[in-house]
Amino acid sequence: MSTRDKLSVIGKSRRRVDGASKVSGQTKFADDIVLPRMLHCKLLRSHLPHANIKNVDTSRAERHPGVKLVLTGNDFPNEYGILPVSQDERPLCKEKVRFVGDPVAAVIALDEFTAEEALQLIDVEYEELATIADPLEGLNTPEARLHEYSEEGNIHKRLSYEFGDVDDAIAKSEHVFEDIFFYEGCTHLPMEQHAAVGHIEADGRITLWSSTQCPHYVHRAISKALEIPTARIRVIATPNGGGFGGKTDPFNHEIVVIKAAMLLGRPVKIALTREEVFYCHRGRHPVLMKYRTGVDKDGKLTGMHLQTMLDGGAYGSYGVASTFYTCVLQPVTYHLPRYAFDACRVFTNKPPCGPKRGHGTVQPRFGQEVQMDKIAEKLKIDPADFRLGVIEQAGAMTANYLKIGSMGLAECINKVVERSDWKNKYGKLPKGKGIGIACSSYLTGAGNSIYWNAMPHSGVQLKLDRSGKVTVFCGATEIGQGSDDVLVGMVAEVLGLDPLMIRCVTGDTDLTPVDLGSYSSRVTLMMGNAAIQAAERARDLIAEAVSKKLGVPLERLVFADMRVFDTEDPELGLDFHKAVVCGEEMHGTLGTTGSYAPPEPPGKYKGSGVGPSPAYSYSAAVVELDIDELTGWVHVERVYIAHDLGKALNPVLSRGQVQGGVYMGLGEALMEEQTFQRLPPRLSNALVHKTPSMLEYKSLTAHDMPEVIIDLIEDPDENGPFGAKEAGQGPLTPIIPAVANAVYDAVGVRIDEVPITAEKILKALDKKARGGEGRVGPDKFPEIEWPEPYEVPPPWEGGDGDAVNKPKRKRAAKMHEMDKFKKAVSS
Amino acid sequence: MMRLPRFQYYAPRDIAEAAQILNSEGSDAMVVAGGTDLIPNMKRKQQMPKTLIALRKIDSLRQLTNGSGLNMGAGLSLTELVRNDKIKSDYAGLWQAAAQVATPHLRNMGTLGGNICLDTRCSYYDQNYEWRKAINYCMKKEGEVCWVSTGSKRCLATSSTDTAPALISLGAKVRLTSADEERELLLADLYQDDGIDYLMRRANEIVTEVILPDSNNWRSTYWKLRRRGSFDFPVLSVAAAASMAKDGSIEQARIVLGAVSSQPLVCEKVDEFLQGKKLSDEVIEEASLLCGKVARPVKNTDFNPAWRKRAIIRIATYALQELRGDDMSEQRLKIARHIL
Repeated sequence: MSTRDKLSVIGKSRRRVDGASKVSGQTKFADDIVLPRMLHCKLLRSHLPHANIKNVDTSRAERHPGVKLVLTGNDFPNEYGILPVSQDERPLCKEKVRFVGDPVAAVIALDEFTAEEALQLIDVEYEELATIADPLEGLNTPEARLHEYSEEGNIHKRLSYEFGDVDDAIAKSEHVFEDIFFYEGCTHLPMEQHAAVGHIEADGRITLWSSTQCPHYVHRAISKALEIPTARIRVIATPNGGGFGGKTDPFNHEIVVIKAAMLLGRPVKIALTREEVFYCHRGRHPVLMKYRTGVDKDGKLTGMHLQTMLDGGAYGSYGVASTFYTCVLQPVTYHLPRYAFDACRVFTNKPPCGPKRGHGTVQPRFGQEVQMDKIAEKLKIDPADFRLGVIEQAGAMTANYLKIGSMGLAECINKVVERSDWKNKYGKLPKGKGIGIACSSYLTGAGNSIYWNAMPHSGVQLKLDRSGKVTVFCGATEIGQGSDDVLVGMVAEVLGLDPLMIRCVTGDTDLTPVDLGSYSSRVTLMMGNAAIQAAERARDLIAEAVSKKLGVPLERLVFADMRVFDTEDPELGLDFHKAVVCGEEMHGTLGTTGSYAPPEPPGKYKGSGVGPSPAYSYSAAVVELDIDELTGWVHVERVYIAHDLGKALNPVLSRGQVQGGVYMGLGEALMEEQTFQRLPPRLSNALVHKTPSMLEYKSLTAHDMPEVIIDLIEDPDENGPFGAKEAGQGPLTPIIPAVANAVYDAVGVRIDEVPITAEKILKALDKKARGGEGRVGPDKFPEIEWPEPYEVPPPWEGGDGDAVNKPKRKRAAKMHEMDKFKKAVSS
Repeated sequence: MMRLPRFQYYAPRDIAEAAQILNSEGSDAMVVAGGTDLIPNMKRKQQMPKTLIALRKIDSLRQLTNGSGLNMGAGLSLTELVRNDKIKSDYAGLWQAAAQVATPHLRNMGTLGGNICLDTRCSYYDQNYEWRKAINYCMKKEGEVCWVSTGSKRCLATSSTDTAPALISLGAKVRLTSADEERELLLADLYQDDGIDYLMRRANEIVTEVILPDSNNWRSTYWKLRRRGSFDFPVLSVAAAASMAKDGSIEQARIVLGAVSSQPLVCEKVDEFLQGKKLSDEVIEEASLLCGKVARPVKNTDFNPAWRKRAIIRIATYALQELRGDDMSEQRLKIARHIL
């Protein structure tokens, strides 16, 4: 039996399965949940950037009418954190606060208003500490230390890797390019603020509804933080009103409402304000980066040495992974015969940084792609042709042992070049008008889980019964990206059904098999493959019964058009409903499962776990803009983008994802910045977020969006479901360097720093007019004491994927936390 | 979400009743029209009136009458102004200003009176209570220091109204009504250069009407600079109006800058310079440079002050070119991000 060769659901633009409920306002987000006897929670957050907590007196707040409970750090036994190596967060701070916004106490009251009133009645005695505002200060200020477990002083983590002798390669190069770039931090800005409801059932079991991208990781964190076995906890991810990586960490407020619900025996809700979302953050790290790249006389890259320094904020979060991601994906776009990187993350007294759309790779791609533009100019090669000449090959293994599958970058470049009439525009537009090109690549799912295990990354379960209805269950989380639609689409295609006949149940740790969550662009590929497996197994069961009933050989049965029929005699068959009845008669109750785990990554060296992916997506973008030379004012006129996503499963959604990426990329390129400020030190120790509001944190409005011309390039990857790769994150990345390169084409100045504002362009134009270098950007990368690098010879230099040396590393000080966790979970 | 503090709420039906309540409630009371400025401020505890007197149910505040000029009730929504053909044709500067306030939703609620009384703004002040606590507050509310310039004796918060500069350039007057009297003054005289006491309105007065003189041979324009094409308050704006003689020479000009001072900045020097001149490229250039000289932006809003001071020259140029009659739609698209 088979699914018909011609696809009937996949590849067709159709209304997404959750579309009607979203546009008609029926989708229930976390803050829409109202339960009988529900109480409301507010958090008291630190107004100091760094301080020891001497005492918390809650007595006045407890006496306030309507207040049911006040919690402090003493009410919580354990630390938690998303990465096993960074178990450094507490639901409420106990000994110290590390940034303005760090939660210290919680009030649970009859209503939100009363809870907020009572916050003012909590008396906290602090002892102020010196603050660290940026990583340079962090490097030079080992005390006061934010975390005892950091590698050294306030340096959270340092990495050093060498894939071949890069110094030698660069030394022998015809040209050497050395460039330093800075990428300012920015935040996700989802429309929905985080919200959560904790509820204890009569039998004592715990339920949490939360706007989270990763219910499975929240499930584990709750278990650890509160010492409750995972079997007694249920986490339900409500549909997210946008995530973009901002809801991938377990959050303090989620654990607080559960604890409160346990103590009070009543449901407890928390709904964060926009300011609080800025304090949750986990957004893009500010990154300083230095590139040293060698190019031979034929215009081929000989090697690259990249150094990055990340401003981590106050906690670990995904930071160690982010640090790797600022370096590992450089070799997947252009062939680098030798590659080395050093990276360093520093703690600062600001909200913790983490993963934002394009996790850790957006910043270094900006630097790399602007440097590519500079190289092409020096070599007098068209930047598009230069890129085409050094592109990595499909199926290649990179110097750092990433296995590439399908690779449509050349087609992407050719497409945007053709669409934008690049050849007639680049370098030829009137002064003030400019055009720029850039490329990128991104993972389709991280090759490894956040915590080491040998289990599937995604599981799907299928239930079919005599009603003819199919229900598909998966732990994946709908965050607006369309994952429910992908899930249903896969099953519909395999079983020959209309997607609207299938109900999906997702993101519920009690009802659905584990999926690791909506992060790293993993859902379409991993959940998709699991769904196909489950659906094919169901198809086989039904086919067996139908074959027997109709006397048609198995191999002649086809599932299509909501029927199961004989390919040779299409009249002979059953409608799907009857076919399921047949199946249930033969096999009893029907149900199947499917699961997916990514292929074993080829790298064996320590740290090789970050970067591998079952498939890499590719994008190329061209930006056309206009600059007013008297003010530096930028007006983006058009964006052309081609994105290789393997296969567009539902093209209208794919285009939406690409367009959304362009939107977010332009915001980061032109205006978004999460920045902080001090006040004059003689008057104040303050260190505050400059713009914690949707009004003053600037992201594009509809008026600011240029015309976007999108081409979907379909270069199917054998690891992808129906060949599909990701579209959610990759298309953001090329936009930022393409803007920078277009600015240079327009007015001849280099803005090696994001965001690219009118102020910076005018400053660069002024410098140029005075005869200086027409550039704004960082001038130096600090001296950092790097550890001895892992030396891993690239595949073409006889490497086997492992390091040939054994550099000494300090063991992370808090590994015992992991042991505590294991104990807590097993008890 | 942030919750509103508790307050007492009155919804009188006529101005006299509203004025009476305001008089008797004293300084703890505030009037509210659309609430788009006051309500968020109350949530952030910037203003904590014990009593709100709503003006929404007073029909006479929503009247728009033609006389020799135009009498506009202070309760007219900005959307109502934008939909008025006479305003669009005869008072283009006001129309362009109203059309660029915030967003469609906020213009539906926000009123003319509310916009001219808009609280002055500052990045150290327009923050929620907890944030302001983290900087130990500021002079404008609960604190002592002006963080914009710690040596400043006065609050430097910025006048951010769009309609007031346009109205002042058009020679508007404003009517103030209290329980015991009614008075009219030039809108320009409603303001003073102090971020805290920015309005010369007495505590018991309600802004009830804005009166525009006959437009005759006046032309006007309003250019607003902000980072985005929607939402944002101005980081600088130029309102320009002039009466032109038949030969194109300027009989009288009024140039008013917004968002570069604690009040709409009337540029008398520029007005004098322009008088009797035709708007040649040279005249426009010199007048724009003069605008740049009188503007005093400070570091309390989006964009740095040095850049804003440079940009004002460009924006003033655009405004004067449009006043001359040039087609400025291309520049308007780039600056406003849409054709108005």
